[in-house]
Amino acid sequence: MSYPGAPAISFQPRYAPDGTEQDGELLEVSLGPQHPSTHGVFRMDATLDGEKVVRLKPVFGYLHRNHEKIAEGASYLAAMPYTDRLDYFCSLTSNWAYALTVEKLAGLAVPERAEYLRVITAELTRIQNHACVCGFLLQDMGALGTPLMYAFRERERVLDLFESLTGARMMCNYLRFGGCRCDAPAGWLDAVRGVVAEFPRFLDEFEALLSNNEILLARTQGIGAVSAAQAINGGLTGPLLRAAGINYDLRKVDRYGIYDRFEFRIPLGEHGDVFDRYMIRVLEIRESLKILEQALKTIPDGPIIDPKAKLRGFRPKAGEAYGRLESPKGELGFYLISDGGPNPYRYRIRPPSFINLTLLEDMCLGRPLADVVVILGSIDIVMGEVDR
Amino acid sequence: MIDEGLKNELAKQGVFVTSVQELYNWGRSNSVWPLSFGLACCAIEMMAASMARFDISRFGSEVFRPSPRQADLMIVAGTVTKKMAPQVVRLYNQMPEPKYVIAMGACAISGGPFKQGYNVLKGIDRFLPVDIHIPGCPPRPEALLHALITLQEKIAGQPLTGPERPRHLNAAVSGEYPVPEFGPHDLQPPRNDGLWKPLPLVRPT
Repeated sequence: MSYPGAPAISFQPRYAPDGTEQDGELLEVSLGPQHPSTHGVFRMDATLDGEKVVRLKPVFGYLHRNHEKIAEGASYLAAMPYTDRLDYFCSLTSNWAYALTVEKLAGLAVPERAEYLRVITAELTRIQNHACVCGFLLQDMGALGTPLMYAFRERERVLDLFESLTGARMMCNYLRFGGCRCDAPAGWLDAVRGVVAEFPRFLDEFEALLSNNEILLARTQGIGAVSAAQAINGGLTGPLLRAAGINYDLRKVDRYGIYDRFEFRIPLGEHGDVFDRYMIRVLEIRESLKILEQALKTIPDGPIIDPKAKLRGFRPKAGEAYGRLESPKGELGFYLISDGGPNPYRYRIRPPSFINLTLLEDMCLGRPLADVVVILGSIDIVMGEVDR
Repeated sequence: MIDEGLKNELAKQGVFVTSVQELYNWGRSNSVWPLSFGLACCAIEMMAASMARFDISRFGSEVFRPSPRQADLMIVAGTVTKKMAPQVVRLYNQMPEPKYVIAMGACAISGGPFKQGYNVLKGIDRFLPVDIHIPGCPPRPEALLHALITLQEKIAGQPLTGPERPRHLNAAVSGEYPVPEFGPHDLQPPRNDGLWKPLPLVRPT
């Protein structure tokens, strides 16, 4: 490296493979906040020894939008649109987690048909999120364009369903306390059946192209492995925890809503590496399709909102509630304290992707910098949820 | 300047006449390369616009560049927080001329639903000259495509000489804007006074 104006740094590693110190030095690299691989405005300060990461410090806050503080000043219902913008890939599960908590707080019951609509929209959300995550993961590995194009093509079909149901593609704002905002329009359930019937074809194509792809295996197997003990201690949830081999899915553990009525399995990994996380997401899409098929067969007619639920002047009695559900990213929890007023006294979110991010440094230590990007892609962060 | 009627008449005969200005603007308006720069929710719709269904490459803008040095267009897609605003302005300063800005979505225009928050910049037009605003939360990909077409029309209509000529042909005007600092209470300075003035408050009498 000798040219006029060359920086006076050495790219030689400081430590030889046998641990002896040599002439090189450590290099600090700041990835982000504007970086094509960081999935939003996220920064990682990586310290490199040669090409290996010896320290990695995540820096967030670039998208801190004061969600919790704004929601504490707004009425209960007015916070619902903000939950859409929490995890903007999966607005309907965020809606549901919030509605679940407020229903717990206020003691509202949800009619049968509304529960079915919630399950259908939540599982549709899950399949589009997981498809996109796999696409982004492959994009981070250098498969520019194609897998993400395929994933977004399928996502558009699901978004069409959301649009005809709720009026919006991404920010659905669909759930209300004690039910849903509106009933499914005529022919909507048939349209869902069509999408559900065609989705396995996309998955087969996706898997035929990718799951046994040699490059994908080389880039993902054994990378970013997390042991089961580490995953539990780090508080991981969702696909990351299940990839480490822990059978923990809130749809089975809590059986919130009507999930006890459906037959589905929880895919589990063995190694907790990036490949397991990828495969778990693909398998979870297949399980979600099973849930959707069963829900679409058995959805009853009836009202969609609890007649006791009040939209205006809604004041739950004083108390506190913690509601949680299995969002596509993991355990999404809302903690609310009510003092009997029209707005929550305390409003707190347990965001899954933020807590899954805590083990990022442990996953990346000793790996080359190119793997950091892949590991970050496999964690599936959404900055709206991490920074709130 | 050639007469419009004569030009049409010649075109019917298979003779195409153009001016340097039209040719130059035609070329650059049809290959606007955006900076791949997503801030929040709107970035997902920006990606959707570049994917198969909406296919922004029909308009010559599919080349999302990760480096500001190679980009012509900054799509401010999402909420600009006060921590991020200095970086946004710095990225803009690093882009080569000619450069354009699209403010996509309610947050980039005015702070949107998060306007009351303590950490949200109330519109990127306080620091950057915005060419096109797209309302919506988030705007649909079609709205982004419409904004892109509007920008192309704007570029195609720019005269290359005279006082109205674009900034990159006018050595007297700088394309760099002061980068604010993330101060203890607010950005320092909180706005670029040369660019943005608060609207006068009119009280009904």
